[in-house]
Amino acid sequence: MSRKFTPKVVTANDLLIGDVVYLTADDQWTREHAQAELIEDEAHAQLRLLDGAGQKNIVVGVYLADAIAGPNGPEPTHFREVFRTRGPSNYAHGKQVGEQPGPRQP
Amino acid sequence: MYSYNEFDEAFVRERVAQFSQQVARRIDGSLTEDEFKPLRLMNGLYLQLHAYMLRVAIPYGTINPTQMRQLAHIAQTWDKGYGHFTTRQNIQFNWPLLKDVPAILSALADVGMHAIQTSGNTIRNVTADHFAGAAEDEIEDPRPYAELLRQWSTDHPEFQFLPRKFKIAVTGSPNDRAVVKSHDIGLRMIRRGSQVGFEVLVGGGLGRTPMIGQVVRDFLPIPDLLPYCEAIVSVYNLLGRRDNKYKARVKITVHENGLEEIQRQVEARFAEIRPTFHGHDQALLDDIRAAFAPPAFRNAPTDAHDTALADPVYRAWADTNLATHRNAQYAIVTISLKKHGETPGDATAHQMRVMADIAERFAHGELRISHEQNVILPHVHKSDLPMVHAMLQQAGLGTANVGLISDIIACPGMDYCALATARSIPVAQQIATRFEELKLEHDVGPLKIKISGCINACGHHHVGHIGILGLDRAGVENYQITLGGDGTETAVIGERAGPGFAYDEIVPAIERLVRAYLDVRSEPSETFLQTYRRLGLGPFKAALYPAEGAQDAA
Ligand code: HEM
Ligand code: SF4
Repeated sequence: MSRKFTPKVVTANDLLIGDVVYLTADDQWTREHAQAELIEDEAHAQLRLLDGAGQKNIVVGVYLADAIAGPNGPEPTHFREVFRTRGPSNYAHGKQVGEQPGPRQP
Repeated sequence: MYSYNEFDEAFVRERVAQFSQQVARRIDGSLTEDEFKPLRLMNGLYLQLHAYMLRVAIPYGTINPTQMRQLAHIAQTWDKGYGHFTTRQNIQFNWPLLKDVPAILSALADVGMHAIQTSGNTIRNVTADHFAGAAEDEIEDPRPYAELLRQWSTDHPEFQFLPRKFKIAVTGSPNDRAVVKSHDIGLRMIRRGSQVGFEVLVGGGLGRTPMIGQVVRDFLPIPDLLPYCEAIVSVYNLLGRRDNKYKARVKITVHENGLEEIQRQVEARFAEIRPTFHGHDQALLDDIRAAFAPPAFRNAPTDAHDTALADPVYRAWADTNLATHRNAQYAIVTISLKKHGETPGDATAHQMRVMADIAERFAHGELRISHEQNVILPHVHKSDLPMVHAMLQQAGLGTANVGLISDIIACPGMDYCALATARSIPVAQQIATRFEELKLEHDVGPLKIKISGCINACGHHHVGHIGILGLDRAGVENYQITLGGDGTETAVIGERAGPGFAYDEIVPAIERLVRAYLDVRSEPSETFLQTYRRLGLGPFKAALYPAEGAQDAA
C-alpha cells in the first residue's frame, strides 16, 4: 500500500538574480508560484526535478516543494514556502511588492 | 587605526580580480555551481532564501567613517538601502545581484575592506571587545593582538581547509564583552605579577552542541601568542573529525579527546614550532601597536553634559547608553540599532552616514560594531554628548535601551536565511514593541534576550538570560525558551524551560516570564539573571505553564 503522494512544484533560485523561481509545465521558470506546474505523481516529480536541475546555467538549488491546488493555481503548504512566495516579513521587499533582488527600482 | 600595508592591499586587489573572473565564468556557464560554490563562499557570498547575501568582515569590530560611508554607498547602489550588522562583527547585505558582487568587492577594497574568510572552513573574522581602547577595566587594548591574528590567519596556507569553521575572540579586560568563552579559541588578557598575558580557552561554541570553552593554558606570555594559536589550530587540523560535519568543530575534538590530551598535544606541537618564530611577529606587533595608539584626548569642561541631564529624555539615554571611559572627561556611547519595532542590527544608508559624520566630528574618527548588533562611539568628550544625542535622535538612532529587554540579538531567521526553521526578527520586533507599550523596560532593568531561527544558534540564544530558539514542529513555527544563559566571564549555557510556544504565543509567554520576575525579585536592583540564579527554574516555569501548574495542584 503506497502512501498518498503530496503534490509538488519544482523550485529554485535564479542564478543571476537570486530570486525564487518555479518550473512551469512548458519548461520555463516563473517567479509566480501559481504559474508553476503542479506535479501529482511521484515518478513524474522525480523526472521534472531532473529537468529543472539540468538547467544549471539558469537556476541554482533546485528541489521539490509540497504544494496543493488552489483556485488560481498551485499554492504552497509549508510556511517556509509561503515566505518564499512573498519575501521577508520585516520590510516591504521582494515578491510581495513585485520587486526583485538588487537595488530598489526607481 | 590600523590601515592596510602594501601587502594587504595587493592581496585584496588580487582576490577581487580573481573572484571577478570566477563570477564571469559562472555567468557564462564555464563554471558549474558545484565548482563555483566553494569559491563564492571563500569570498563571503551566500545564497539565501530570496537572494544572494554578501558578508563583509569588520575585523575586531573597528571601522572608520570613510569605511562606514562606503558601506552606505554599497547599500544604496547595489542593495535595498540598508545593511545588517551581525553578532560576529560582520555586516551582511541581503539583496546583491550576482553580477554586482565584483563591483561591491572592489568598492570595499577601495577602503581597505573585504569579505575574505567570512565563510568556509577557515579562521573567520577575529572579534574583540567593542569597548577596546576605551574601557575603564581594560588591561590593554586587545585589537593589536586581534590584528596580528588576522594577518597570520588570512590566507594561511595550512588553514584554508580546516575540518570546520574556526572562530577566535579576544578581550583585553577581565570583564568579557566579547563572549570569548563561546569561541573555538578565546583569549582573555590577564595580569600575573607585573606581566601581562592571556588566559587561553579552547573548545567553546554554540550551535547544536553548545559548550563553554575550557582553559587550555592559564597564562600565555604575549610573545608566544602566534605559535601557541598555531599549535592549537594545527592539532585541531589533524584531530578534528572530517567524517561528520556535526562533530567537526574543535569543541567536539576537545570533548572526545579530553582537555588533557589536547593540552598535551598542543604543548608538544608548541614546543616544536616555537623556535621557528624568530621575533619577526613581535616586530610586526610593535608596528601594529603604534597604529592603535589612543587618540589625542581633549581637555575641556564637561558641564554641558551635566546640565543636559536635567532633560529626562537625555537622562534616560545617558543612563542606558553611556559607559564609563578610562578618561573621566569622556564617555563610551552605544548607539542602539534596536529602535522598538525595527529589525535588530539593521541600519539604513542614511543612518550609516549620520554615524560616520558624528564619529568624524565628535568621536576621534572611530566607530565599532558590537556583537550585540549595536554601533559604538568609543571616545566622545562629555561636552559633546548633548549634540551627539540630538543628532542621533534625528536619525532614529537615539533609542535609550542598551542592555534592556528590547536590546535583543536576533539572527536573520526565516526572513532571510535558507537554513532557518522559523522566523526570529518579527519575534524580536513584537517583544520590543510590547514592552514599549507596557512602559516596563526601565523598571525591568538589565535583561538580555537572544533569538535564533534554528539550532545553529547564530543569535546566541544559549547565552541569553532569556534565549529563544525557533523550530519547525510538524510544519508550524514553534519557539523554545531557555533561561539563565550568560555570555560574559561567568558564562553558562541556559536551561530549557519546557515545551515550546507557537508563534502567536511566544510574546505573551515572555511577558508572563518577565512579570513573574518582577513579582519574585528580592528588590528592584536584583536583576533577572540574579533572581534566576537565586530561585532556579521553578517560579518561571510556573509562569510559563500556568495550566499545568493548576493541574498539578488539583
Ligand atoms: C545566511 C546566513 C547564515 C548562515 C548560513 C549561517 C550558518 C551557520 C551555521 C551552519 C552555524 C553552526 C556552525 C557549527 O555549529 O558548526 C552557525 C553558527 C553561528 N553563526 Fe551563523 N549563519 C548565518 C548568519 C549568521 C549571522 C547573521 C550571524 C550573526 C548575527 C551569525 C553568527 C553565528 C554565530 C555567533 C554562530 C555560533 C557560534 C559558533 O560558531 O559556534 N551567523 N552559523
Ligand atoms: S541561527 Fe539558523 S536561522 Fe539564524 S542565521 Fe543562523 S543558520 Fe540562519
